[in-house]
Amino acid sequence: MSRLYDRYSSIVYSIALRVLGDTGAAEDVLQEVFLQLWRNPGVFDSSRGNMAAWLAVIARNRAIDSLRKRRPEADIADVVVSVEPDLAGDTERARAMEKIRSVLGDMPAAQRSALEMAYFEGLTHTEISARTGEPLGTVKTRIRAGLLSLRKAFA
Amino acid sequence: MNVHEQFAEDLALYALGILQGEERVALERHLEECASCHRELEQLRGDMALLALSTAGPTPPRRARQRLMDAVAVESRAHRVSARRWWWAAVPWVVAAALALAAVVFWRQGDRQARRIAELQSESAQQQDQLQRAREIVETLTATDAMRVTLVAAKTPPQPQGKAIYVRDRSSLIFLASNMPALPTQKAYELWLIPPKGAPVPAGVFKPDARGGATVINPPLPTRVEAKAFAITVEPEQGSLSPTMPIVMMGAGE
Repeated sequence: MSRLYDRYSSIVYSIALRVLGDTGAAEDVLQEVFLQLWRNPGVFDSSRGNMAAWLAVIARNRAIDSLRKRRPEADIADVVVSVEPDLAGDTERARAMEKIRSVLGDMPAAQRSALEMAYFEGLTHTEISARTGEPLGTVKTRIRAGLLSLRKAFA
Repeated sequence: MNVHEQFAEDLALYALGILQGEERVALERHLEECASCHRELEQLRGDMALLALSTAGPTPPRRARQRLMDAVAVESRAHRVSARRWWWAAVPWVVAAALALAAVVFWRQGDRQARRIAELQSESAQQQDQLQRAREIVETLTATDAMRVTLVAAKTPPQPQGKAIYVRDRSSLIFLASNMPALPTQKAYELWLIPPKGAPVPAGVFKPDARGGATVINPPLPTRVEAKAFAITVEPEQGSLSPTMPIVMMGAGE
């Protein structure tokens, strides 16, 4: 557990902190995610993806649940994450991070903003549409296109 | 527009956990039978993982690590205690159930067996007494509020001491330690059973309490393994499969 923590805690903490904007709340998410993993080590199936990516998604979802005061997702074992770049090592992650930041930097502002509202705030397309005044269909398209442009950068 | 294109945008919202209502129900129904949309969902989660990486930078404070390790230690202790208590609590019930069953069978077989029942009950009462005494011994040995005193020759400074009591036929081991030096936070002592031949066998990881005392009761051991000696090393707190030198304490059988 201590090895896993040392390797992946910063991924879990930084996404939780970005979503929640509060160090104490981010530490709570960090604690919950790793305790869940400790209580049930079989919850992550290493044959179905890489752990850094899986933890990032689980931590983001848990942080959004906490932000929106929702009940946590019941079965995280069902969350399968498939990602192209190898994120296991620090070097690979640092390289991927630079690329992602550059894709985000080049993204049209409206698209980036829709994606960030959905991803970091957990807003539904209806809520985003109400906030920006854009049609629902446009918001949906922007969110999906934003996610796909990240994948394309590693194709 | 084919059926997958129809669901493509909803799938992205679903991955993000923001699809609701009828659209969500319809998509979940479609996902149950569509392998290609399932794969796309997994890839969209991969895209989400990439986006999470854009936030990388902050590292959690040191106290968060300690808090997690403390919680893990408390939960493993609670688990061990509850497992042990369950076993103790179950014994009288199992004995009682067996007696009740025996009573029904013997009653049907007549008076001769009835006398046997009386004998069994008497044996059972004796076993209950023995069990009670055994329980009292173990409870005294493991009580957190027990006063532990090691007597040594007068004017001898306190020395770390360990006593291992091992019954090979039952693979049962009780280990008591006193005056053990405190360890860094991520370290623990590990007890090793040293067989006459072959590698040392892990026989329990322990951390001394504030007064340097510690106990290990019946750690998982291979069946009927012969012990030549017992030794203690300092290991990472989750324990190791082979000892890390140096050996800090050691003792051979008498």
